Amino acid sequence: MRFEDEPVPGYPLPILPGHTSPGRFERVLRAGGFAVTTELAPPDSADPEEVYQRARVFDGYVDAINATDGSGANCHMSSIAVCALLTRVGYAPIMQISCRDKNRIAIQGDILGGAAMGVCNLLCLTGDGVQAGDHPQAKPVFDLDCVSLLDIARTLRDDHHFQSGRRITFAPRVFLGAAENPSALPHAWRAQRLAKKVAAGAQFIQTQYCYDLPLLTAFMEQVEVLGLLDKVFILAGVGPLRSAKTAEWTRKNVPGVHVPDALIARLAGAKDQAREGRNICVELIQAIRAIRGISGVHIMAYRQEESVAEIVERSGILAGRSPWYPGRDEAPIASKRNAS
Amino acid sequence: MYAVRLWSVRHARGLNAFYRAFESILKRLHGLFRLLGYERIERPVAAVERLVKGALFDCRMCGQCVLSSTGMSCPMNCPKNLRNGPCGGVRDDGTCEVKPDMRCVWVEAYHGSERIPGGVAAMTEVQLAIDQRLAGRSSWLRVAREVHPASLADDAPPRKIGAP
Repeated sequence: MRFEDEPVPGYPLPILPGHTSPGRFERVLRAGGFAVTTELAPPDSADPEEVYQRARVFDGYVDAINATDGSGANCHMSSIAVCALLTRVGYAPIMQISCRDKNRIAIQGDILGGAAMGVCNLLCLTGDGVQAGDHPQAKPVFDLDCVSLLDIARTLRDDHHFQSGRRITFAPRVFLGAAENPSALPHAWRAQRLAKKVAAGAQFIQTQYCYDLPLLTAFMEQVEVLGLLDKVFILAGVGPLRSAKTAEWTRKNVPGVHVPDALIARLAGAKDQAREGRNICVELIQAIRAIRGISGVHIMAYRQEESVAEIVERSGILAGRSPWYPGRDEAPIASKRNAS
Repeated sequence: MYAVRLWSVRHARGLNAFYRAFESILKRLHGLFRLLGYERIERPVAAVERLVKGALFDCRMCGQCVLSSTGMSCPMNCPKNLRNGPCGGVRDDGTCEVKPDMRCVWVEAYHGSERIPGGVAAMTEVQLAIDQRLAGRSSWLRVAREVHPASLADDAPPRKIGAP
């Protein structure tokens, strides 16, 4: 029997041939869909309901939700806990793992634990330096870097053993991801760095914010020359800029984010800057979609999470598709779309 | 010293050529080193290595030197100890996200690699997780030992690394 208020469990899907995870995110990408992912800012709280509230605003608009791991070196609820809460009700989280706070013993334990709780996607990151966050007095670990972390995660999955060589009895069935920043120096080497991540095990890439299309296009051309387009799915990072002032602040204070002057001028000239920021984001997504080799977008809308639905809707990237969310198949989609 | 470190990257080509010659001598000395006893000479050799490479590269004595694959820019000077390339936080002027007064170790590495024949290709080789037990030990002796992997004994298995 099934209770009316029973949560929808995140049952794993059968793993199709050529797939490595039982998750929906890998299914969407391998089926050739233009995937949409976003980022959930974990709460400074021990209340699970806050996590669900933050996830609910994306219902019906995203294929997977990144759970950040102390992003910006700030302390929040842990990535693995957010993922565990999300998988309980069936969401498809992407568990971010940063090398800053844990050594290889803790990280490998988390990979097994996350997979045991239904996490199908990992994003292997180096992590921001501790100086950037709210605990600059903390010890940075960096026992691994993102590439050696990818190698270790792939070894767990494919070779069924820890880095030490000790066997595991059931491998984590995960889809492995990494980040890249096409806008950061040295530009000429960024695609080769991506090749290195692919060689170490990356199957998908989520990039840093791409506000500079010529840089992204040049990067993608290099990626194609290196023959990587059929080896990895690339999701371009985008996000709405709230105002000219925040754009200026971001490019000055968030290392690795490159915002061209023209965009800032356009924001400054607008009556409603926040709205113009969303317009720019929609236009960027549409332009990015046309770039050869891009398989999706990763929308990072920090403190503007409610705008993700509007941006996805207006950009038309889902092409009528409605990504799964808890309760989707019980409520007609049309009424939800109208309500938002 | 920071200025010397930058000089070394500018002269990556010459330093790399010099090291290649030095490396082939090291490899030929395996028999002698074994006769003297690797453990017995470990401390004095490591002390000399620390002095020389410390002066030239601000070497951190990780014990698994990869300078030949990093354009003579020591990756252990990266505040995140990245051994596989730059993070996404490199500033637009090429300086480090964590230490704004320092040029990104990997931006330097890229310039240095361009000066070494085959250097950029070497930089694309995946460097596996570092063995923290080797910190403070001599990479030079390790290179000689790797000629006969059996003499590595309890150390981690040999890897594909070049070691100035």
